[in-house]
Amino acid sequence: MLEIKNLHAEVDGNKILRGIDLTVRPGEIHAIMGPNGSGKSTLSYVLAGKEDYEITEGSITYNGVDWEELGADERAAAGMFLAFQYPIEIPGVATMTFLKTALNAQRKARGEEEISTPDFMKLVREKAKELKVTPDMLKRPLNVGFSGGEKKRAEILQMSLLEPSLCVLDETDSGLDIDALRIVSEGVNQLRSPDRSMIVITHYQRLLDHIVPDVVHVLSKGKIVKTGGKELALELEKNGYADYVDEEAA
Amino acid sequence: MNAPAKIQETNAEQSLNAQFDAIFAQTTQNNANQRKQAWEAFKAKGIPHRRVEEWHYTDLRSKMNDAFALASKTTPKAEALTGAGDLKTYRIAIVNGRYVPELSSNQEVTGLSVAETSGVLEAQLGTDDAMASLNQALVQGGVSIKIDANAKIQLPIEIVRYTDGSDVSSYAGTSVEIGSGAKALIIESFEGAANAAYQSNALTEVKVGDNADVHWLKLQVESQKAQHIETLSIELGAETNFQHFIYNEGSALSRAQLFLEFKGEGTHAGLRGTSLLKDSQHADITLFVNHAVPECESREYYRAVVDDKARAVFQGKIIVEQGAQKTDGQMMIKTLLLSDTAEINAKPELEIFADDVQCAHGSTTGDIDEDLLFYLMARGIPEAQARKILVLAFLSEAIEEFEEEQCVDLLEAMTRKWLHADDLVSE
Repeated sequence: MLEIKNLHAEVDGNKILRGIDLTVRPGEIHAIMGPNGSGKSTLSYVLAGKEDYEITEGSITYNGVDWEELGADERAAAGMFLAFQYPIEIPGVATMTFLKTALNAQRKARGEEEISTPDFMKLVREKAKELKVTPDMLKRPLNVGFSGGEKKRAEILQMSLLEPSLCVLDETDSGLDIDALRIVSEGVNQLRSPDRSMIVITHYQRLLDHIVPDVVHVLSKGKIVKTGGKELALELEKNGYADYVDEEAA
Repeated sequence: MNAPAKIQETNAEQSLNAQFDAIFAQTTQNNANQRKQAWEAFKAKGIPHRRVEEWHYTDLRSKMNDAFALASKTTPKAEALTGAGDLKTYRIAIVNGRYVPELSSNQEVTGLSVAETSGVLEAQLGTDDAMASLNQALVQGGVSIKIDANAKIQLPIEIVRYTDGSDVSSYAGTSVEIGSGAKALIIESFEGAANAAYQSNALTEVKVGDNADVHWLKLQVESQKAQHIETLSIELGAETNFQHFIYNEGSALSRAQLFLEFKGEGTHAGLRGTSLLKDSQHADITLFVNHAVPECESREYYRAVVDDKARAVFQGKIIVEQGAQKTDGQMMIKTLLLSDTAEINAKPELEIFADDVQCAHGSTTGDIDEDLLFYLMARGIPEAQARKILVLAFLSEAIEEFEEEQCVDLLEAMTRKWLHADDLVSE
């Protein structure tokens, strides 16, 4: 279970998060919506442990572990996965090599045995097929020359391989056409499980037609200003964020 | 009273005087003139220093405290020589400047001939650099390698240059002639006993005919205490493909100077390399690429990873002569500095006298990209391993462009070893 209490965080001295409280139980999907600049991506980076994203007040615990004590790699081994809004291109690192290195690093950190190459190849091929990630993409350097849609599919492929228990999807729908959105959403839905928590960050309701959340939060100016059921997303789609932004300003 | 003060000879220069006198006394008549001319050319300049523009960043005069005694003729054990490792090759072993048949391959290879020489080169191509002149004055031996026209040599030709001993110097002179239509892969290594302090100065002259295809890999893996100077003069015929790669890992101080001239149209030359430097290593790569004829392409792409207090120097001059229209020359230097005290001096230069050419040069220097590092760590890869992956990736990008699979594998394995990254998953 993820518990975020009164979380304040800043980047380069800029206060971005100003007191977030959020509890996500296993099996739940929480959507976080909000206008540009509300702190959505910052929250995802703070959760994943990016350097320069400093917690100034409050706490994050996951399954009872103080998240601040762990580096980004240790958080990943403890079940955290961030699907990046802009997956990074890494020339010179073959996708397959990267996937195997990541999987084995996590296994090693958890005291598990490394996966054998044949087992790994089989696993990747199966999962890649479901997500329409072509063998050619796997041969290329990581994300290099991938289209926007391919990058997002590759992110979900990583998520599926690494089997995290806490998934944070940062605007996974951005840059996707309708077909790509469907493929990615199906991939995410297949990973829904009673043991897995997900936080889906998005601007738009349309992703939530495919990945149906249990809870929807509205983030504005670094705070959760409203929480509701999936119907809240529909209301936002209709009325925009103006109500919440103005409320804050008033 | 105002007569300019004569630059005082350094300790090293005084040692060289005695060495030349001894060598000259016992040299054969037909080489004597060439040696003497080379010696006079060297004497006129002395050991290069920072006020010599081409040597500005590598002040050899101050770094070369002494000129070690000329190494004597030895035959080390075969195991001492590494060369291209496990690759099956045609080996030419040169120890302390001299060809050693006992350590070399002796099978017949159709189209290839190798002959021992005095090391005094007939062609005297391209350069009047002082250290190249010094090589010719003191040269101890060498080989002449000839590849017949249209010969496709399947086996890599491996030239191992080994300096045996400490506080000694070796001077080798090598000539390579590659006939028109020939194809060859040459892998040369420069090496010596680990931690031995020695000086090696090699001069190699290469003439390539028309329509040839040559890949040339240099492995500079000298002892970490060695001083290494290599001068390579290259002349290329028409419609030829020439690919050269320097792997720079050894030596306290190294200088690779390449003089390349296009003699025929429609030729492509790729000059690439990686320098992997740590401690207080100093590695200098200096290129002079002369587009003397139209419609040739040159690529100069080098990468360096510099740690601790090490320093990489890159100087590249592309000259496009008047009339060398449709020249395409691209030069790029990329450096990763892994510590605050590491240093790179990059000086790309273009001198263009033709008006219809495409030339560009650039240089980037930086630390490991924090966003890339975070991405890898967010996938569970520990920081130390993630850093190694990114350094390896940076160097692999350059290595893969060499396009000779067996060399790419060899280079990647050597790079991993240098990084202590044997644990990284290979492809």
